[in-house]
Amino acid sequence: MLRAVLVANRGEIARRVFRACRRLGVGTVAVYSEADRDAPHVREADQAVLLGPAPARESYLEIERVLDAARRSGADALHPGYGFLSENWRFAEACERAGLTFVGPPAEAIRAMGDKTEARRLMAAAGVPTVPGSPGPVADAPAAEAAAGGIGFPLILKAAGGGGGIGMARVDRATDLAAAFAAATRRAQSAFGNAAVYLERYLERPRHVEVQVFADRHGTVVHLHERECSIQRRHQKLIEESPAPGLSPATKRGLTDAAVAGARAIGYVNAGTMEFLVDAAGRFYFLEMNTRIQVEHPVTEEVTGLDLVVEQLRVAAGERLAWRQDDIVQRGAAVECRVYAEDPDKNFLPSPGTLTRLHPPGGEGIRVESGVETGSVVSVHYDPLLFKLIARGDGRDEALARMRTALDATVVEGVRTTIPFLRKALDHPDVRRGVLHTQMVDQGAFR
Amino acid sequence: MPEQIKAHITGVVFQIAAKPGDRVGAGDPVIVLESMKMEIPVEAPRAGVVKEINVQEGQTVQEGDTVAVLE
Repeated sequence: MLRAVLVANRGEIARRVFRACRRLGVGTVAVYSEADRDAPHVREADQAVLLGPAPARESYLEIERVLDAARRSGADALHPGYGFLSENWRFAEACERAGLTFVGPPAEAIRAMGDKTEARRLMAAAGVPTVPGSPGPVADAPAAEAAAGGIGFPLILKAAGGGGGIGMARVDRATDLAAAFAAATRRAQSAFGNAAVYLERYLERPRHVEVQVFADRHGTVVHLHERECSIQRRHQKLIEESPAPGLSPATKRGLTDAAVAGARAIGYVNAGTMEFLVDAAGRFYFLEMNTRIQVEHPVTEEVTGLDLVVEQLRVAAGERLAWRQDDIVQRGAAVECRVYAEDPDKNFLPSPGTLTRLHPPGGEGIRVESGVETGSVVSVHYDPLLFKLIARGDGRDEALARMRTALDATVVEGVRTTIPFLRKALDHPDVRRGVLHTQMVDQGAFR
Repeated sequence: MPEQIKAHITGVVFQIAAKPGDRVGAGDPVIVLESMKMEIPVEAPRAGVVKEINVQEGQTVQEGDTVAVLE
C-alpha cells in the first residue's frame, strides 16, 4: 500500500481524499495557499505544506512547488483531485519522474484525451460514436466554411485544447462563421494557450449522460453505470443523478459498452468518465473523457455502495480491482446538488465573501461533502463550489423529495448561493418527470 | 457630466480593455475582472470617452469600487 498521499487540491475534494486515506491507514499531506491557511482541509491532514500566495498560478498550479512539498513531507503518492493540475499530462509525467505514484491514469492517456480532436479520432477508431464534425482542427475561416458544408448548421466551434465549455460558440448561419471562427480562435489561445478550433454539429436539446469507468493495471476494465448531468449553466453541471431517468435499456447498454471499449482502447487505468450526448431518439455521441475523479462521483457511490476514492488509491498502489462487473449494481437512486457561491438572480455571477453562518442539512439518506465552515472566506481566486448535497432514496422520487427537504434545511449566510435556483429546478414539472436536456437553464426554464 | 464606472462584483483585474481618451459605446467592456475562474466584463453604462482608469491588472477590487471614469 501507499505510505502517504499528498492531495494537490483544496476544499471538499481534498477532504474526501483524506477520508479515503484514513480508511486505508495511509498518511495524509495537505498543501495550501496563503488564502487557505485556516481552511478545514489543512487542519485535517497529518501534515500541511504552504505552497505560496493566493493566486492559483502561484500555488496550486505551481508544479515545482507541489513536487517539492511531496519531497519535504515524505509523501510517496499524489492525488490531484479535479480541476487545477488533474488533467495536466506534464504534471502526471513529472510526478512519475520524481518517483511519486500519480493517483490517476498514465500521462499518455491524459494527453490523448486532453486533445479533443485526437480523443474524437481515437474513440471513433474504437467504434464509439462521435458527434459529426471536422476530423481535426480547421486552419482558417475558409477551411471552417468548407468543413461546415458537410456538417450543416447550427454548428458549434470548440477549442481543441479546451474543456469545461470554455471558448465554445454556437453558429447558426454560414454568414456568421468567419467572425465566430476568429473570436473562438482568440479565446482558445488566451484560455488554453492553443488556438486550434474544430467544428461539431450542434445538437438541439440533448441530454448529457456519462458513464463512470474504472480500470486496473492488470487489464480489467469495468463501468459503474451512468450519471445524468443535463442541468448545467455555461456548460457546467449543477445537478447530477444516477440512474439516468427514462433511459431505454438499449441506449444504456450501448453507452456502457462504448465506454468500456473506449477506455480499453487507450489503455486507461484508474477512475475516468466518458461523457456522451444523447438525442431524443436515444442516439448517443461521445463528447469527451474526463481523466480524473469527477465532482459528481458521490451519486455513483450512493447507488453502487462502492467507495471510488478508496479504489483509486488501491489501484494506484498496483492492486487488482476489487469488483467484477456483475457485482456492480445500481440500487435505488441518488441525486447531487452543487451549492456554489453564485447569484442565480444575476446570471450566476460570483459571490465571494465570508460565510457568517453555515448550517448544512442532515437526516436519512443525506450526505454532505463540504470544503467550508462558518467563518470561511470564499475567495475570488478559486472555483465557487462551497459544498455538495447528495440525497439517496429507494427510488428517484424519494431521493428528490429528500433533497428538496435538505435544501430547505440548509442555512448559508454571508454569500449568495445557488440554493434558490436548485429549489426551483427540483420543483419544475419536467425535472420531476425526468424530462431533461442541457439547454434548460440557459433557455430560462427555471426563472 | 463625468460618470463613475463601478465594479459590480468583487474580483481581480484580469485585463484593462480601454485606456484614457478611448471612445466607448454603451455596453463596451472597460475592464475585465476575474473572479472564481470566470472572466466578467465591467461595461460602460453609456457611450462616452474614458477619462480615467483607476485600477491596474492584478489588483483586487471590491464590489462598488470605482474602476474607471467616463467623460
